[in-house]
Formats: sequence, C-alpha cells, structure tokens
Amino acid sequence: MQGIVSGDNRFSRLVYVWRVRWKVRARNLAEFWRDLRGRPLALLGGVVVVLYILGAISAPYISPHSPTQGNLRYRLRPPAWQEGAEPGYYLGTDDQGRDLLTRIIFGARVSLLVGLLSVGISVAIGTALGALAGYYRGWLDQLLSRFADLLLAFPFLIFAIGMMTFLGPGFTNLIVALTFKGWVEFFRLVRGEMLAEKTKEYVEAAKVVGQRDWAIIASEVLPNIIQSVFVLGTLRMGFMIIMEASLSFLGLGIQPPTPAWGSMVSVGRDYMLTAWWVSTLPGIAILIMVLAINLFGEGLRDILDPRLRVE
Amino acid sequence: MRAVKILERVLITIPIMFGVAVVVFFFMRLTPGDPVDIMMGQAGAVSTGEIEQLRREFDLDKPLYMQLWLFLTKAVQGDLGYSYTQKRPVNELIFDRLPATIELAGGALFFSLVIAIPIGIISAVRQKSLVDQFSMAGAFLGTSMPSFWLGIILILLFAVRLGWLPVQGRITYGINLEYVTGFYVLDSLLGRNWPALVSSVKHLVLPSVSLGASVAAIVARVLRSSMVEILRQDYVTLARAKGNREFLVVMKHALRNALIPTVTVVGLQVGSLLGGNMIVESVFSWPGLGRLVVKAIFERDFPLVQGAVMIYAFTFVIANLIVDVLYTYLNPKITL
Repeated sequence: MQGIVSGDNRFSRLVYVWRVRWKVRARNLAEFWRDLRGRPLALLGGVVVVLYILGAISAPYISPHSPTQGNLRYRLRPPAWQEGAEPGYYLGTDDQGRDLLTRIIFGARVSLLVGLLSVGISVAIGTALGALAGYYRGWLDQLLSRFADLLLAFPFLIFAIGMMTFLGPGFTNLIVALTFKGWVEFFRLVRGEMLAEKTKEYVEAAKVVGQRDWAIIASEVLPNIIQSVFVLGTLRMGFMIIMEASLSFLGLGIQPPTPAWGSMVSVGRDYMLTAWWVSTLPGIAILIMVLAINLFGEGLRDILDPRLRVE
Repeated sequence: MRAVKILERVLITIPIMFGVAVVVFFFMRLTPGDPVDIMMGQAGAVSTGEIEQLRREFDLDKPLYMQLWLFLTKAVQGDLGYSYTQKRPVNELIFDRLPATIELAGGALFFSLVIAIPIGIISAVRQKSLVDQFSMAGAFLGTSMPSFWLGIILILLFAVRLGWLPVQGRITYGINLEYVTGFYVLDSLLGRNWPALVSSVKHLVLPSVSLGASVAAIVARVLRSSMVEILRQDYVTLARAKGNREFLVVMKHALRNALIPTVTVVGLQVGSLLGGNMIVESVFSWPGLGRLVVKAIFERDFPLVQGAVMIYAFTFVIANLIVDVLYTYLNPKITL
C-alpha cells in the first residue's frame, strides 16, 4: 500500500495534473481566439481598447505638447481642418491655449485608470464577500445581503454624487465612491453562482476527500465562476468610465489642471457658441472608448458566458 | 391574495427607506470637521460663542446616536433640516423645484418609450433587416454615450446651428403663464395658453432627448430580445395557425408577454433618469432639483444635498415598488 502514495508517485501525479490543466487552458485559449475572430466587431473593440491603453501608457512620448502648460497666444484655435488653425495643434486648443490632442491622450490615463481600479477593486471585494456569503450562508450572508439591498436602493450616480460631496473631490475619493457601490453587482453574481455550485457533486467530492473550505472555495468553485465575473467586469468598465466622466463634468471628480475628459467637456460648455471643438472632441474620445469596451465586453459575454445574455 | 402580497411588498419598503435615511445621515460624517467649521470658514471672523450656539442649533453638541435619532424622527415628520445658504427649510426648497424635475423626467420617459417600443417590436419582427441592424447599432451607441455630451451636441446642432429649438430654460422669457401645478406643459394646457404650450414643449424636447436616450437604447434592446424569444414560442405559432392577422399576433399575443421583462428594466432605468437628471439639468440650465443640488454641492450646503439625495433615493425605491406591483397585473403567475 505504501508504494502508491510514495513521494515520487505523488510528484509525478501532480506533474500530470498540471500538464492536463495546461493543455486544457491552451486549448481554451485557442478556442477563445477562434471565437473572437468570428466576431469582427468584438475584435475591433478589443483592438481599439488596446490602442487606447498603449496611447495612455506612452502619453508623454507621443503627445506633441504639454497637457497642462498652455500658450495663451494660441487660445481657442480650431482643429487643423478648419480655417484659422495653428500648425502643430491638430485638434485645436482650449481656452488656455493648451493642445486638445495632448489633453485627450492624457485624459485616457484618468479614464482607464479609474475604470480599471474601480472595477478591479469592486471585483476583488465583491467576489471575496460573495463567495463567503454564498458558501457559509448564515449571519454573514444575511448581513452582507441586506447591506447590498440597501446600496441598491440608491441610483448609482446619486450615491456617487452624495459621497463625493462629503468626501471632497480627488482621485482616491473617486475610486472609494465608485467601489463603495460597485462591489454589490459582483457580490450578487458570485453569491448566486456559489449557491448553485455548492450543491454540485464535485464540491461534495472535494469535501469528502477532506479539502479545507478555503481550498474548495478558491481552487474548486471560483475557477468555475470567474468567467462570469470577468464578463460582468468588462461590461461594467464602460459604465464606470461614464460615471467618472459625469462626476468630473460636475466638478466632483478629477480636478483641473489634470486632464480628464468629463471636465474638459464641461470647460468647453462656456465656449460652445464660438469653439465647438473644446467640448465635442473629448466627448468623442469617451464615446469611442466606451463603445469599444462594450463591443469587446458583449463579444466576451457571447463567447464565455452566453447565459448572461438576456439582461 | 394579491392584495396581501402587494401590501407585503409595500411594507418591505419601510425598512429600506429607513436604511436609506441612515446611510444619508452618515454621508455627513464623511466630511473632515463638522458642518459648522465649514460654515464658519465661509463666514469669516466669528466668536467661539457663536460657534457653540450654531453647534447647539444643529444638534452637533449631542452624541452621535442622538443626532441620528433626531435626524430620523425629523425626517419622518418631513423636516429635512435647514439650508445654510438659502436660509429656508430644505423640504420647501425641494418641493419648489420638484415639478420642473418631474416634468423633465416624464418628458424623458415619454420620449424613450415612444422611440424604444416601436423600434423594439419592428426589430424583432424584421430580424436582421436593415431597420433592425440600424436601430440596434443606434441603441448600442446610445448606451455608450454620456448624457452630458449628448446634450451639448444636441444644443450645438439643433439650437445653435439650426436654430429650431431653444438652448436652455423652461419657457421663453416674457411669456405669461399662470402657475397652477408648476408643470408648465400642464399649466398652459389648463389655461388654454397656446403660445406658452408651444414654448414649454419646445424647451422640453432637447433635455428630454438627452436624458432619455440611454433609457431608450436599453429598453429597445431588452424589448427586442424578449420579443425575439417569444415570437418563437408555440403559442404564438398557434395564434398564427388559428388565422389571426400577423399584426394582432404580434401586438396582442407576443407584446404582452414581452413587456414583462421590459417593465423591470424601465423600473431600473428610473435610477439613471434620476442620476442623469442632475447632469442634464446643469447642461440645459433647467431650474429643477438637480440644478439646485449641483449648486448646493459647490456652496457646501450639506443639509440641502443630504435631503435631496434622500428624496432621489426614495423616488427610486417607490418607482421600483410601482414596477413590482404593475408586474403582478401584467403577469398573474408572479407572486411578489
């Protein structure tokens, strides 16, 4: 009997398990890639998002001008294709003579960072709490679920505005306000999935084998849920970016002179009659980014988790 | 039986509203320092005696749980506190502005349903047609567009460039209107004041479109997908086989059931109407609650912001209650 569980054997079994897992992963990835290529719009969305990310990372190197230092001599110059444009300022300038293209490129940093961080933290908190609540039930579940219901009684933007008013504007507070309500959706998703998965045989089997609770949650159940979480996270990104832009538009989010698309649109409102580009162009940047994220997200959903399809 | 279920559902909203009030109360505690410090910061030189007096006036000298208790009991009585800047009770200020906000939200809801329902039906019936592809692309665009930007683009296009519609406000300056309800469209109808009616409707169009666009987009998508599913069902085939006209089959047999998920979505979208309200009102200088709040935020008039956030949340809770009750009538199978 001893020979079966000898150290050597155990090791080779582990290697075998990992090799199988790796092969499954690789096959899934290849399959995923094939599915994605079959959805040109989703692929396009993905490519655009990658371009935005590359642009945001390399902003200081590819921007023609400074994002915060303007030249008042060149204020409110129109884009290159209009009469009166200043050479070198392709998308025109704003009220302080700053290059609009530069500010739009730098603005992508704020939007992407807020989107990634707020969704990332929401996913982490929501998944952890949802898994615990769904697995253990009991008072923890009751407490968290009631709190989630309470947060759902607030419209998202109203809650964020309320919180930002009292916290005060700024990047950290913005993330706090967005995640304070953002985790709820992930909590509900993961909790529901956990409740469904918990009754399945493989969980029973893991229990019988004597696995600990945290090991069952983390390495047995969560890998089966994570795809749905990933899909929902992608779809929520666009929403969070619009929320950030809306808060910045109201003056509650990112503060000037840091370029954020929402506040750029807001500034342009004062010059609407004479300089249409100041608010129109940053808005187009938001629109394209959110559109791309949503296209990619919906493609991802169709591939990974078609059940989520009907809203 | 249904009445009991509905009553139960109504009663559930009470603890939720209570919870909302508690959360809103704690918002105030997020600020560093207390409100009096902030007021004094604005007022300039004041004596410590005056500060103490103000603290007493706002109950800030009492322990936290007492403050919470006072806040809640006052809120139940409809007393939401006193605005620092306007020197008037918050509930008065809010109720003054409410008709304008409700008119705008109503306009937006009307616009979104009038657009979304026919589009949803036609797209589902004529799947993969040009109309379907075009409107679904439009709907996708609508969900990805920030409302403040759409508002600005609409102003640039229809007000500045074409001059068809006004840039801002609720009614053209100088038109006399007798205010009865505070809803300008309704008031001008009641008074048979046609110039006022034309003017107030014209003013309502652009804000309603920018507020309602995303709602329209989502409703159209949901209605389409549920219609597509339902048109495949056996009972729809049966209705057709019985020789009913296609129009009747779609409008009566299919639409009724497809509306069920749609109503839920509309209920949830009331939340985005309320949130978008602040944004759109600031874009169009619409004299409603949203603009009042945005102004209050910058003047750090906390009781006003607090009261308004609470009213917005209550409205959302009640909207969802109405949706759930409506649900039982649309689908008798569902018990709340």
